[in-house]
Amino acid sequence: MDSALQKKGSVTIVLFSGEMDKALAAFVIATAAASMGMAVNIFFTFWGLNAIKKEGGLIKGRNWMQKMLNAMNYGHAKKLALSKLNMLGAGPAMLKAMMAQKRVPSLHEFIKTASAMGVKFYPFEMSMSLMGLKKEDFLDECQDVIGAVTYLSIAKETGINLFI
Amino acid sequence: MTNQFAADRTLDARGLCCPMPSVKTALALEQMEPGQIIEVLTDDPVSKRDLPVWAQSTGNELLGMEEDGKTIKIYLKKA
Repeated sequence: MDSALQKKGSVTIVLFSGEMDKALAAFVIATAAASMGMAVNIFFTFWGLNAIKKEGGLIKGRNWMQKMLNAMNYGHAKKLALSKLNMLGAGPAMLKAMMAQKRVPSLHEFIKTASAMGVKFYPFEMSMSLMGLKKEDFLDECQDVIGAVTYLSIAKETGINLFI
Repeated sequence: MTNQFAADRTLDARGLCCPMPSVKTALALEQMEPGQIIEVLTDDPVSKRDLPVWAQSTGNELLGMEEDGKTIKIYLKKA
């Protein structure tokens, strides 16, 4: 954002959930806030990390438990379940078709737009080490891997804090 | 009807819904010079309310709004 759109307030979002509908809610708010010139930071933790994972790589992690967890929790921006009416994947497919019909951007497109508008993405360190994930497992748009203290230091200066 | 505000640029945001009209307007204004005027076309009824609020909170001036059938034309001057 240039000088005419000076930073007017800020939004900090923690995306904890790994479902497409909840991730979309986070990105609608993030892109709208960015369009208003607000500084936006999104922290991805636990299941929410799936939204910013690169495609591919079913087996990740060091030990068998991490490998099993990552294989069973496989997902990325184009492959996430719904929090309701998932219907073994039929729900997300139908929602994607309805979104395309209404020209609502997909989650993948929202992520690209948000990043282009200066929204910052931070994966949380603790969830990553728990699940055996590395920074390379995440989209190149991501900033540094951070911890709870860094999150709190940003969140306490922020007007709007959301946990999704 | 020609537009009364002599827009420097027209952004056709018809068919897009919240929050894309504001997002596209912000991205378009970023490439424009201060004082230039943008004409935003939208058919999203929410944008009729959202874009003036957007203009107010970003400091860009709302010059006016026209309705032409289903299309709403919103004129903004870059701050």
